[in-house]
Amino acid sequence: MASKLPKSPLEHSAGGAGAAAESPGAPPRGLLRWLLTTNHKEIGTLYLVFSLSMFFIGGIFALVVRLELFQPGLQFVEPEFFNQMTTLHGLIMVFAAVMPAFTGLANWMIPLQIGAPDMALPRLNNFSFWLLPVAFTLLLATLLMPGGGPNFGWTFYAPLSTTYAPPSTTFFILGMHLAGISSILGAINIIATILNLRAPGMRMMDMPLFVWTWLITAFLLIAVMPVLAGVITMMLLDINFGTSFFNAAGGGDPVLFQHLFWFFGHPEVYIMILPAFGIVSAIIPTFARKPLFGYASMVYATASIAILSFLVWAHHMFVVGLPLVAELFFMYTTMLIAVPTGVKVFNWITTLFQGSISFETPMLFALAFVVLFTIGGFSGLMLAIAPADFQYHDTYFVVAHFHYVLVPGAIFSIMAAVYYWLPKWTGHYPSERLGRWHFWLSVIGVNLTFFPMHFSGLAGMPRRIPDYALQFADFNLVSSLGAFLFGFSQLLFVVVIVKCVRGGEKAPAKAWEGAQDLEWSVPSPAPLHTFETPPHVTPQPHP
Amino acid sequence: MPRRLAWLSGAGGFALSPQVLANGWNMPVGVTDLSREIHSLHMTIFWICVVIGVVVFGVMFYSLFRYRRSRQPQAANFHEHTTVEVIWTTLPLLILVAMAVPATATLKNMYDTGDAELDVMVTGQQWRWRYDYLGEEVAFTSSLSTPRAQVRGEEARGETYLLDVDNPLVLPVGRKVRFLFTSDDVIHSWWVPELAVKQDTVPGFVNENWVRINEPGIYRGQCAELCGIDHGFMPIVVQAMAPDEFDAWLAERRDEAAQEALGVDRDWGHEELMTRGEEVYAAICASCHQPEGQGAPPTFPALAGNPRLQEDLGWQLDTVINGVSGTAMPAFRNTLNPVELAAVITYTRNAWGNATGDVVQPARVAERLAR
Repeated sequence: MASKLPKSPLEHSAGGAGAAAESPGAPPRGLLRWLLTTNHKEIGTLYLVFSLSMFFIGGIFALVVRLELFQPGLQFVEPEFFNQMTTLHGLIMVFAAVMPAFTGLANWMIPLQIGAPDMALPRLNNFSFWLLPVAFTLLLATLLMPGGGPNFGWTFYAPLSTTYAPPSTTFFILGMHLAGISSILGAINIIATILNLRAPGMRMMDMPLFVWTWLITAFLLIAVMPVLAGVITMMLLDINFGTSFFNAAGGGDPVLFQHLFWFFGHPEVYIMILPAFGIVSAIIPTFARKPLFGYASMVYATASIAILSFLVWAHHMFVVGLPLVAELFFMYTTMLIAVPTGVKVFNWITTLFQGSISFETPMLFALAFVVLFTIGGFSGLMLAIAPADFQYHDTYFVVAHFHYVLVPGAIFSIMAAVYYWLPKWTGHYPSERLGRWHFWLSVIGVNLTFFPMHFSGLAGMPRRIPDYALQFADFNLVSSLGAFLFGFSQLLFVVVIVKCVRGGEKAPAKAWEGAQDLEWSVPSPAPLHTFETPPHVTPQPHP
Repeated sequence: MPRRLAWLSGAGGFALSPQVLANGWNMPVGVTDLSREIHSLHMTIFWICVVIGVVVFGVMFYSLFRYRRSRQPQAANFHEHTTVEVIWTTLPLLILVAMAVPATATLKNMYDTGDAELDVMVTGQQWRWRYDYLGEEVAFTSSLSTPRAQVRGEEARGETYLLDVDNPLVLPVGRKVRFLFTSDDVIHSWWVPELAVKQDTVPGFVNENWVRINEPGIYRGQCAELCGIDHGFMPIVVQAMAPDEFDAWLAERRDEAAQEALGVDRDWGHEELMTRGEEVYAAICASCHQPEGQGAPPTFPALAGNPRLQEDLGWQLDTVINGVSGTAMPAFRNTLNPVELAAVITYTRNAWGNATGDVVQPARVAERLAR
């Protein structure tokens, strides 16, 4: 690529940034700047701010659900609205909070971690982001439409979501299409960036794990988002054009919907956790001051999980009436996933072994991730046992399981990432004192909320019910208190971020002494343009 | 166990109610051989997870404590060890194989629906269950009987709040019963934890499962698949009784059904149709069209003051008997008998200010059904 390489990326980046700010093609100011920006850092920020706002909207929906479930009986909302809240909570958290947060982190950090000047397709990048506010405005607007918003659960099983759905479902479908297009375009961009724009000398096996996990995630996205698009298009046709894909009376098959949905949905689960593995694999070595143990096996484990994710979808459907051979096949493949996942956990723990460990806020979140994600993995292993799943399926045990992997899993990893990279983004360290408060309140809140759900589920409480029998009352009381604690603790997160943007202890280029990757070679805050001339990476085994 | 619970409740600051102590916080062992097998699989995999968890978290917390920076200023630098990687890939694999063997055996057992002595068709409907004892000419629907006033908190809640039905499913102890599951509308899921039977009811398809109950008793469960507004309000109650008691019960129900069939031919009075119709309306129609017929537009149209309903009896008959395709209105042709259909149609045409004065006779409905 470049004929002349700088002696150090840091010197060059600083010069480049100064020059860009003065150039005649300087970006427009004000709102238009954000609307038209093609800069990966600004788009990354847009994604992250959007995700955080949606996290609060989805969180409010969850608190409505927990408020109604605080005690038996119907006190605050009607079942119809309750169903809309559970549905939109799931959809918003999955598609508008977790996924865009990871895309935002990818936008910010992948170019910095591979020494690229920007994403490979900057205009496409702008377009992928701006599809999202449109998509989710449409989705949220359904709440105000006659008949209300989607009320069929985030898995929107037909025919509840087709023949029996409210009229607003067509808008829900359009919103999901837009969100899906955004994800696909984002994934294409990430693949193009990683494969083409790595700094000279950086081989694939030199890439930080966050880059690796995102590369694999991007392939998953390209593979399965079109399946989601297909299945919602079939719904659209069933609803508006008289087809019968999922209507048994017209020769269709409602179970076909579930096969298609989960063929998308299971890889989707890994789309929401693989980048988290990458984040944790960056943070733990930094604060253990010791190289990541088993880098290569981490890459292979991630790839194995991704491949297996295409072979396990029907474990979500063990009680739908599958033939025995199918049950056995999906039970075995699902159990297999425990192997590469175990490898990851063992590698993280061995990285800690004989390290020199300090406990700054990003590390606290990363460690909580390892423990609580593993607990979610254990319940996942239990759910894989098909005969037992006949008892677990569609109960709060499942709710406990997937919230353990998504909240203290995916979301804690995102928080860890934010605390870890805030010094790079803003030039200031986030407040360690507030960060610790945020961490401990979140950990306590999350466990109070979700741990009792294991018990209520095993004792027989089905999911998605607005009212429940009296024997579940105590567990639900604790869950609701925990949910409010967790929900309100997140306001602290906003305080930390706002304070950090405005000021605080100045961070040097290498904000954490144990950090190794390329992003720590550019100044903090990272100037708008970095690596305009690629840095040279000396080929070496990854730390 | 109770001492531990008491300690926990004190530590957590929450009083655990007697229900929790009685019902526990674990999967019920259940009352069939299969439910016991499933429970033991559940406990095995649970203890495997506990042991792995203790080891993994033990090493982790030991490392966090022992290698904290203040004690270990200089980190080691190793980052690879092939033997260790091979061990922790292989060992879990062996544990999984050991777990898969009994799971496979139990699953095969669960799928063996042959040699049943009784077939019961279970049909999910928004939001009740219909039980059809195949070949016995006994069929009935089973709906929530917990008063709505308890849901609203206007009445004290009973011990079996939300878990009571008007007509429980009655089954014999000791006989193999095969269930055939289907649905009239959306997907429901029939689940009774003590029987370890959970099976989706899919419209247009029939699923099978089976049970052989070991102990007489009353076993309660709920719909497990989101099926619309009243998903939380369609419980299941199974009453298991000794085989001879069951045979007597079945014969009695068969006689009642025969009596009801005779009622089609006689002329019914306005009052008796209204009384019967009110019962049917409350059990079947009110969950969508609401107790006062006000409906919940646009999905569930109002019946009170509905002009078309009041003007066009033929249309109403057709709507109730055959349903409206593409909407939430199911066909009640097979769900209700002619007397019930006539009663509920008469009721809706004369209640809540609808004053058509019409009396619809069961014979008229029967004639319509025969077309």
